[in-house]
Amino acid sequence: MKLKTFIKGGVHPPENKISAGEKIVEVPLPKTVYVPVQQVLGAPSVPVVKKGDRVKTGQLIAKGEAFISANVHSPATGTVSKIEEVTDSSGYRKTTIIIDTEADEWEEGIITDKGIQRECTLSPEEIISKIKSAGIVGMGGATFPTHVKLMVPPDKKAELLLINGVECEPYLTSDHRLMLERGEELMAGIQILMKALKVEKAIIGIENNKKDAIAHLDALSRSFSGISVQALKVKYPQGGEKQLIKAITGREVPSGKLPVEVGCVVQNVGTAVAVYEAVQKNKPLIERIVTVSGFVSHPANYLTRIGTPVSVLLELSGGIPEKAGKIINGGPMMGKAVNNAEVPVTKGTSGILVFPEDISLRHEPITCIRCSKCVQACPMSLEPYYLAQLSEIKDWEKCEKNMVMDCIECGSCMYVCPSYRPLLDYIRMGKTQVGKIIRSRVK
Amino acid sequence: MNKYVVSLSPHIHGREDVRKIMWGVVYAMIPALLVSIYFFGLDSVRVTLISVASCLLVEYLIQRFFLKGKISITDGSAVITGILLAFNVPANLPNWIIVVGAIVAIGIAKMSFGGLGKNPFNPALVGRVFLLIAFPVQMTSWPKPHALFSDGVVDAITGATPLGILKEGLKNGMSVDQIMQSGEMPRYVDMMLGNMGGSLGEMSAIALLIGAIYMFWKKIITWHIPVSYLGSALAFALIFWLIDPVHYVNPLFHLVTGGLMLGVFFMATDMVSSPMTPVGMIVYGIGCGVLTMLIRLFGAYPEGVSFAILLMNAFVPLINAGFKPKRFGEKIVKK
Repeated sequence: MKLKTFIKGGVHPPENKISAGEKIVEVPLPKTVYVPVQQVLGAPSVPVVKKGDRVKTGQLIAKGEAFISANVHSPATGTVSKIEEVTDSSGYRKTTIIIDTEADEWEEGIITDKGIQRECTLSPEEIISKIKSAGIVGMGGATFPTHVKLMVPPDKKAELLLINGVECEPYLTSDHRLMLERGEELMAGIQILMKALKVEKAIIGIENNKKDAIAHLDALSRSFSGISVQALKVKYPQGGEKQLIKAITGREVPSGKLPVEVGCVVQNVGTAVAVYEAVQKNKPLIERIVTVSGFVSHPANYLTRIGTPVSVLLELSGGIPEKAGKIINGGPMMGKAVNNAEVPVTKGTSGILVFPEDISLRHEPITCIRCSKCVQACPMSLEPYYLAQLSEIKDWEKCEKNMVMDCIECGSCMYVCPSYRPLLDYIRMGKTQVGKIIRSRVK
Repeated sequence: MNKYVVSLSPHIHGREDVRKIMWGVVYAMIPALLVSIYFFGLDSVRVTLISVASCLLVEYLIQRFFLKGKISITDGSAVITGILLAFNVPANLPNWIIVVGAIVAIGIAKMSFGGLGKNPFNPALVGRVFLLIAFPVQMTSWPKPHALFSDGVVDAITGATPLGILKEGLKNGMSVDQIMQSGEMPRYVDMMLGNMGGSLGEMSAIALLIGAIYMFWKKIITWHIPVSYLGSALAFALIFWLIDPVHYVNPLFHLVTGGLMLGVFFMATDMVSSPMTPVGMIVYGIGCGVLTMLIRLFGAYPEGVSFAILLMNAFVPLINAGFKPKRFGEKIVKK
């Protein structure tokens, strides 16, 4: 198979996929789960349970009422002990439903039998509605509600479904393990997604450092019509939606537009499996696979319920080392550092990384030497040094003109900067301000 | 409860570092330095040491007593300027003139603008051009090269550079062929190896090329500037040579003489004073190439590399503004 990749920019951080060989291990239910009502790139959901209520596993506990929001379900059976503000793995304080757990008693209608069920006779509308009620969000980390992504605007047409199995972040292996161990469910999920989108073709993009997953899914795909596998050269940030579309199809999503503009919809492999469970087993999104890696004694991949404190996973991986300096929710390039290990796993938590003290702190930045490495590294062909400078002097007008909003915050510019400049910090500030200005203009 | 470091992503950093880049350039200049020592002996060592030491000292004094800030002379950038300045002067230049050059290079061209990363012009070139204009006699009296320590006191004999011989000959109405056979002109093979009159660092095209390959390998420089600079300069020379070979010398001669190779690989590629975008770099390279040849063929000076690069340095802000990278998804944006 000929390897494809995107053209502009990109970097090659050390892959460090040390947990790639570790089979998925199911985490025992913790005594208490912490379920934030906002686990989505969108509006918070509204709790529909109150303190003292008894809930079953899979029962709806917070309803997504806004257009861009997602339902939240109880990941365990038990009693709601509190509803209060708790810092979650994104680092923000959010309304959180706290449940004291007991043995699983599943909500009615959920099929817990593991048998693969390929056939799906539902209509596209029924599929999307099931996905919506199951509270499924993009599981690669962006957590955009899946049902919204599947609703193609009437004036646009989707013709190709791209399945993101790239996992370009160093360390993370949760998608890799999922592709190896749950390939059939993945394939069935992709077929359901194809049906929902009314497309005939789906391509799974996988980077070439996961040869076993490529071979496995390639073999499986022969018994599913319309699904194929595309091996990709290893290059960060290939898992970025626009980069993946460019790599596989050669099409460029226009600035400020959605992938459907070029006929594509992209879904993560984890999302596809969640869709399978929601549609075929009536199972809402209450668990996910999380890689625990970095500076821990037993790197591993866990199947864990949403709301499980990160400390529970770290304990299973040998505990938090004495010299731990940083705990990251997500990958090292785009993940968020959290300030304590009690934060819960949410729908977007693809990995938990522990870094030792010596690499936890940034280097002291020095002056820009205008080497232009950031310009060469930027996958969106922006000029990070310039955008950072413009943000620093608060010239929002020029920031906008130089397309600051196109930044995907992949961090490649900062990764290559020989002066250790906080480029992305400034660019994020610019994005926030320019975003505000653009929104105020619409009103 | 344990508290951990909280910072924004990315949480890892590549192994690039300013210090590493700067010292990488220094290492890349070693082959050319060794060649100059071979041909000019201890004089070459003297010029280089005085130049590097005075550049470091000037930077130190300014940071210590004027700016009263952090001393950053170990970052390697002043060492580069020192070596490059030495590479651009004759081996018999008196010490005090070298010191003046270092003061101009570091004091005026670099530190006045705010130090590393802020200077619009290549500091070594500013120093060199200042010396050329202020001390034209000393700056154009070239010692004849001699093999290392072969005989003691040949330093007294001075000769012109091949470009100088050519310019002088053409001015006296000779044809290129006559000049080439006049006996004054070194053979091509000597020019390639560096056995000719000239500044310290511009002697050997081959040694400079070795350094350039090292910088490519270490990703310190990209192809854009060297290829467009060399390509446009040689194309320019080729056109005139094809039209009138009696009065214009062939491109190979231009390639191996004077400071072209040094300029192309070590001075035009200076990160601080060159453009930021790939397209901009190509435009800048072409500008350097054309200006170099305009000066060499039609100017009063036999050599034009320094002037060409400095002039193009001045255009860099405009080039950066005018030649933006083609943004991802730009071609289909409808306004």
